[in-house]
Amino acid sequence: MGRYIARRLLQFVPVLFGTMFLLHYMQSLSVQINGNPVRALFGDRQPPPETLAAITRAFSLDDPCLNQTGNPCVGLFVDRIINYSQGDFGIDFNERAITALIADAAPITIRLTLIAVLFEAVVGILAGVLAGIRKDGVTDNLIRITTTLVISVPVFVLGVLVQILSGVYIGVWLEDNGAPEWLSAMFSVSYQADHPWASLVIPGVVLGAFSLGFIARLTRTSLIETLRADYVRTARAKGLGRRRVVGVHALRNSLIPVITYIGIDLGALMGGAIVTEGIFNVPGIGGLVFGAVARGETPIVIAVVTLLTLVFLLASLLVDVLYAVLDPRIRYD
Amino acid sequence: MTESLNTEVGPTAAPAPTEPAGDRERSGSLWADARRELFRSPVFLLSTLLVLVVMSWAAVPSLWTDAGSDGGRCELIENNQGPSSEHIFGTTVQGCDMYAHVILCARPSIIIAVFVTLATTLIGVALGILAGFYGGWLDSIVSRITDVFLGLPFILGALVFLSLLGSQSIWTVSLVLIALSWPPITRIMRGSVIAVKGLDYVEAARALGASNASIVFRHILPNSIAPVIVLATLYLGGFVSAEATLTFLGVGLQIPEISWGITIAQGQSLAVAGYPHLLVFPCAALILTVLAFILMGDAMRDALDPRGR
Repeated sequence: MGRYIARRLLQFVPVLFGTMFLLHYMQSLSVQINGNPVRALFGDRQPPPETLAAITRAFSLDDPCLNQTGNPCVGLFVDRIINYSQGDFGIDFNERAITALIADAAPITIRLTLIAVLFEAVVGILAGVLAGIRKDGVTDNLIRITTTLVISVPVFVLGVLVQILSGVYIGVWLEDNGAPEWLSAMFSVSYQADHPWASLVIPGVVLGAFSLGFIARLTRTSLIETLRADYVRTARAKGLGRRRVVGVHALRNSLIPVITYIGIDLGALMGGAIVTEGIFNVPGIGGLVFGAVARGETPIVIAVVTLLTLVFLLASLLVDVLYAVLDPRIRYD
Repeated sequence: MTESLNTEVGPTAAPAPTEPAGDRERSGSLWADARRELFRSPVFLLSTLLVLVVMSWAAVPSLWTDAGSDGGRCELIENNQGPSSEHIFGTTVQGCDMYAHVILCARPSIIIAVFVTLATTLIGVALGILAGFYGGWLDSIVSRITDVFLGLPFILGALVFLSLLGSQSIWTVSLVLIALSWPPITRIMRGSVIAVKGLDYVEAARALGASNASIVFRHILPNSIAPVIVLATLYLGGFVSAEATLTFLGVGLQIPEISWGITIAQGQSLAVAGYPHLLVFPCAALILTVLAFILMGDAMRDALDPRGR
């Protein structure tokens, strides 16, 4: 296993730099083809050349290679990696450090993601187990139909529909009937800073819903497969109760792929967070990107996505290593 | 979501072992078995019907609505009306008939989904065969590039690429979706090819003096492509959803193009103000489309993956 982990770590390095380079190259190409993005700041007005030059320099967009279409700008890439490694992710058009923007927004997004993961894992695994222990039963079919439906609804569609339902209809009804404040915060149309957890419950559920469908299906298939295994039959033959066989013997092994999926799913959750936070006006990292896209502030988009990609890559590395620890049968070549 | 579509469409489906199921009494080839299974499956028949309906919205909208391709008669003064006998789904923000509009929106989505799926499948199958069959340095290069592209979460990558591209049309959206979605197909095809390559009948063909080309096209391709076909079907739904998501976020199709994503984005704020029909009908059409492809993909997986039997 030590060799496997070492190999996986070695593979991580080129992927890390490759992905960073891909983002860098796209950004360079965009400047080379579309011209200096700083100009867009001024709209129709003609900025004084020295102002333009100063801002351009501040974003290190004055490199001559940015005038040569197709040039990969390796020098600029090296500078950028050095800056990233020193924790410098640049500034936005208002000269605020992007790391500071992210530091403000991150706690909210982490709370949102926690709610989403908790929701999708608990409900998803429960549904998967209920479906798996009685394959082809009524519950199984019901859960299969529901999960297929859930998977077919894009996150943003679920978001806007739930927002109306909970925010407008349920929320108003609750308020009219004098529900406690935290309860109406939970069903409000947007995020409320006074209720940092309650007002994130609905966005978290929306965010987790898609993966919930996958987790339920994965748990079901995996459990059905494990229940056929010899050691489960042995456990039954020993006279162990159904509860113990499923809960202790079968479930532990069938959850391995599910745990891996939850780790990999972080990438989808990040994309989903942009959508959910945008819809529910949550001032998290996703909301930051959502707003930056709307205003055309590409430096923020790039910096945040780079940072999120780093988190995603690290998470997948961790999942792979964890997988090797959890499942010694994995082939290490 | 999409998300990554690689993550949106499914967990990395392990390459299915593709040897024909031998434990059946009347067992034909993998494909004959699959066909028999498919035509018996009510889910497959239902989803095929749904896919045909959705495809006909895109191909021949005149079957469904007599409004021309311009969206029919739009009267701005009649905007945001609720459903009535004249407009069964009400009218849109621009005062067009919502029913006609929802049908017409299918075309750009379906064009993107079909085009991107075809292109990614072609690229993925070709690269997968190259990497899996020839191995060696070719495999290393293809696999490392695949890893790099898989390192970008799908929706995030698409968001960056599209906002950097500056101009957004059906073709740029397709291009970005292709760029981000060939890696999972390549990876699965590669795994599947490697599994088939070691089987006895390939050895036998080689011993009989078959050329590489004939081994690849007559033996390896037909026996290793099943998992890719399943994934491609699921991808069709995934791309419809991804296009709508990106459009909703503002980096996909732009007005004057029409798209469910645009209609939903426009309806979002007004729906809160008491016009729920602006949201309900385009959402329903989008969900129905994605559902049709996902049901079809599921049915195909059940038929083509012998482990599930």
